[in-house]
Amino acid sequence: MVVTWRRPKPLGERPKLMEIAGVDKVFGGDVVALQEMNLVVNEGDFISLLGPSGCGKSTALRLIAGLMHPTRGQIAWAGGEAEIGVVFQEPTLMPWATVEQNVYLPFRLKGRSFAEVAQDIHLALKLVGLEAFAKSYPRELSGGMKMRVSIARAMVTRPKLILMDEPFAALDEITRHKLNKDLLELKEKIASTVIFVTHSVFESVFLSDRIVVMAARPGRVATELTVDAPYPRGEAFRTSAEYAALCRTASDALHAAMGETA
Amino acid sequence: MSLVETLRDADEIARARARRREKIARWALPALTVALMILLWDRIAVWNAIPHYILPAPGLVAETLVKDFPILGPALLVTLQITLAALAVAVIGGVGLAVLFSLSRWAEMCFYPFAVVLQVTPVVSIAPLIFIYVDNRIVGLLLCAWLVAFFPILSNTTLGLNSTDHNLRDLYKIYGATRWQRLRYLQLPTALPYFLGGLRIAGGLSLIGAVVAEYVAGTGGIGSGLAFRILEAGYRLNIPRMFAALALIALTGVVIFAVLSLVTHLLLHKWHESALKREI
Repeated sequence: MVVTWRRPKPLGERPKLMEIAGVDKVFGGDVVALQEMNLVVNEGDFISLLGPSGCGKSTALRLIAGLMHPTRGQIAWAGGEAEIGVVFQEPTLMPWATVEQNVYLPFRLKGRSFAEVAQDIHLALKLVGLEAFAKSYPRELSGGMKMRVSIARAMVTRPKLILMDEPFAALDEITRHKLNKDLLELKEKIASTVIFVTHSVFESVFLSDRIVVMAARPGRVATELTVDAPYPRGEAFRTSAEYAALCRTASDALHAAMGETA
Repeated sequence: MSLVETLRDADEIARARARRREKIARWALPALTVALMILLWDRIAVWNAIPHYILPAPGLVAETLVKDFPILGPALLVTLQITLAALAVAVIGGVGLAVLFSLSRWAEMCFYPFAVVLQVTPVVSIAPLIFIYVDNRIVGLLLCAWLVAFFPILSNTTLGLNSTDHNLRDLYKIYGATRWQRLRYLQLPTALPYFLGGLRIAGGLSLIGAVVAEYVAGTGGIGSGLAFRILEAGYRLNIPRMFAALALIALTGVVIFAVLSLVTHLLLHKWHESALKREI
């Protein structure tokens, strides 16, 4: 893996990666999980899907990952189906395998030998700050460290698109802030596109340049916001008036989507 | 007083003392209990002047064990061979069937009922039939022991193969894993602790199966195991030898369990919950 420091192009100049076009997902014939979803994902976007539970954000992610198929509409890839990395809410590591063997998994399933990709694995571990723990077993790591391994695994093959399903929801606030910051740095380094599911307004504003606000019953896209603050973002951004104002806007949009007044 | 010394509060000291005490008690208590039981047994036999053809004293049993070892030793070897062979076949058959079931739901639907029927039918009642149809006595014994031993391995391994983490399964799917890769890298490691649990049960059961089958088979001569020696000694009212043979069977069972527990520990101690010690 070569670390490129290439910044994503400004919003509006990015080439299209994929498009979710008029997608419905209906379970059991009558439960509408997702209704008429339209979303264009561009290369280099950091998109947050923000919404209450039951708004279909996880369903959208599973559709993009190809784990299920839309009832109506289609998911169209601009340049053929891209490679995808996934991070779940749980670290989802194999307890019997060491950290490096866990990160090796995507390559192993492609039939690559460990020796062939050892450098990529160790670079990925270095990027998440866990190179010293390559030979450790998951049980020896803290919750935050396990999540870092999970992130290293998702990006080790340098996929075009990384899907994250509330990855930090189960972590404590301090660890979450640290991981948010590190994730942004990582995203800059590997120049990947990220779709990030969350129900935290603050997290979505801090991380993303596009926030897709979703509403529930039936799950649908309510509105989209643009966070026009430059990367890299750090603690200074988190305490800025701009951040507070953006959080207010996003929060209002979320409440409007949920049919309440702020 | 060093810093470390001063930091040891009353709780710490009490805990350390309790730990030391437990460490000694863990082997001393069972050893003491066994020694007392043997002493009690000896006293009952001596004080009541019970004849040795009814209840031999432990000393006589030990003496018989040494004296009759030329007869009991080869018998032990036969029983051991059948037990281990049955266990090996049970592992191959049990794991093989479990893998087949996990690869094909159809196969599971077809054959699982047979496995259950074989398991719930007492081996004592099938054994006479087996010895009618199977000429070779060793093969018959093996078949009986296998019938008893393979089910726990099959059912535990099946459970393990089906217990994979949902998200990991999704992950394998996203990365386009083949069925074989999923089995090899995900399902088999997940099933390992379950399999080992089944194996420890099967180890004891294959010994029971071997002994029970020998009782049913009953014929003597060359290639007779411990169970036959017990029957034979019973007919001759050679009770001390019955006790000696019984002690050998029990010892064999304990050794099998200990070895399989050690194997389990070696395979799991690095990662599995069951093998982890809590820090505090």
